[in-house]
Amino acid sequence: MSRLKKNYERSFFYRFKKWVEGEYDPFDGKLEIKNTNRVKKELANHTQNPMEVFYQEEEEEIEHATEEGLKWYQKIYKIVSVVICLSIISVLLITVSYLPKIGNPDNPDNNEVSKRYIEKGLEETGATNIVSGMILDYRAFDTFGESNVLFIAACCVLILLRYDFGGKDSANLKKINAEANDRIYEPKNDVILQRVAFVLVPMIIIFGIYVILNGHLSPGGGFSGGAIIGAGLILYLNAFGFKKTERFFSQKTFKWTVFSSLTFYCLAKSYSFYTGANHMESGIPLGTAGNILSSGLILPLNICVGLVVACTMYAFYVMFRKGGF
Amino acid sequence: MGGNLFANYEEVVAMILFGIGFTTLLLHRNMIKKIIGLNIMDSAVYLFLASKGYIEGRLAPIVVNNVTDMEVYINPVPSGLVLTGIVVSVSVSALMLALTIRLYRRYHTLDLDEIIIQSKKEGK
Repeated sequence: MSRLKKNYERSFFYRFKKWVEGEYDPFDGKLEIKNTNRVKKELANHTQNPMEVFYQEEEEEIEHATEEGLKWYQKIYKIVSVVICLSIISVLLITVSYLPKIGNPDNPDNNEVSKRYIEKGLEETGATNIVSGMILDYRAFDTFGESNVLFIAACCVLILLRYDFGGKDSANLKKINAEANDRIYEPKNDVILQRVAFVLVPMIIIFGIYVILNGHLSPGGGFSGGAIIGAGLILYLNAFGFKKTERFFSQKTFKWTVFSSLTFYCLAKSYSFYTGANHMESGIPLGTAGNILSSGLILPLNICVGLVVACTMYAFYVMFRKGGF
Repeated sequence: MGGNLFANYEEVVAMILFGIGFTTLLLHRNMIKKIIGLNIMDSAVYLFLASKGYIEGRLAPIVVNNVTDMEVYINPVPSGLVLTGIVVSVSVSALMLALTIRLYRRYHTLDLDEIIIQSKKEGK
């Protein structure tokens, strides 16, 4: 087995075998003879600056030492990390064994907060889906922060992966190279993919719109619906290429859609919170629970969140693939 | 040891998954595999939260027939928290993958040790 090792010749067993067979001199290369090498080298490179030679050798020695150190470090690191992981798992398991049983209605996490959300949620927000009413009405600014997190992540990916920095020639050349490179990987006129996408993309996008519009009535909402629409857009892009998607989705579309969605979200929710905090009439009708046009601001906010998520998903894909729209 | 280790088997699975993710994060030298480990840890946290919110024999928190009684529905708060966590984990994954791509373009390797060695050599 050990013969398969890369560094077999430096292993202890190999050296021991050599020593038993009498081929190995334990003092070989470890006495003053070693210095002759350096003298020889200096003689050979006498045209070079001797200090340079010395530095070179020193560097080589340091490299050798760091490689040895790395090997030891990796061995110790692996052992220590496994020990740390096992201890963390065991501590967590002991904690879990002291937690109250799952599914028990008397658990301390089923306190007055969830009681209030369930008993007053429909009356106060008008949404049948209590989770939707919670995240888009009681904790709407939290969801606003989430949409901003998505937008900022898209901006950071754009900064990190963008090709055309606005420079003159070299950046343009890079962009052209990237597009040419992308053409190689792009399946041009793949008939099966195009036929399937022709049937599937409208259905996927309509299903996404349904999930967004029914966010306050049934499971779903802006985040899941937006992810579905984004997946449909990515499928369309894969089947038909960048030229066709650029007709309706460019960087400008992304910018303005996300910007206007986030602004509308911020203004609408600020208005609602302002009037609510000052005990004024907000003038936003709650409607009858169960209709599509009901529950006040939740439907438009869901649409805003869905647009942001769909645009961000598509932007992530485009950025990772080509580095620009 | 408390007595609820086997009754809370969902949380046990979540904790073991968390450990698997953490081990992957520590032991693998490939950056992509480290990111996969972090995502496994995320999923473990979601599983833990979802199992905390569950109440046996109750329905999902969507009002049917105008019944707004606490005894009918499960706890909606952990569901909202999981939603928040998923969005943040998607953003963080995208950011980490973008940084990995930049590192690969610079050093032409995904091995973290190799990257550290090369960057130290350049720093001299």
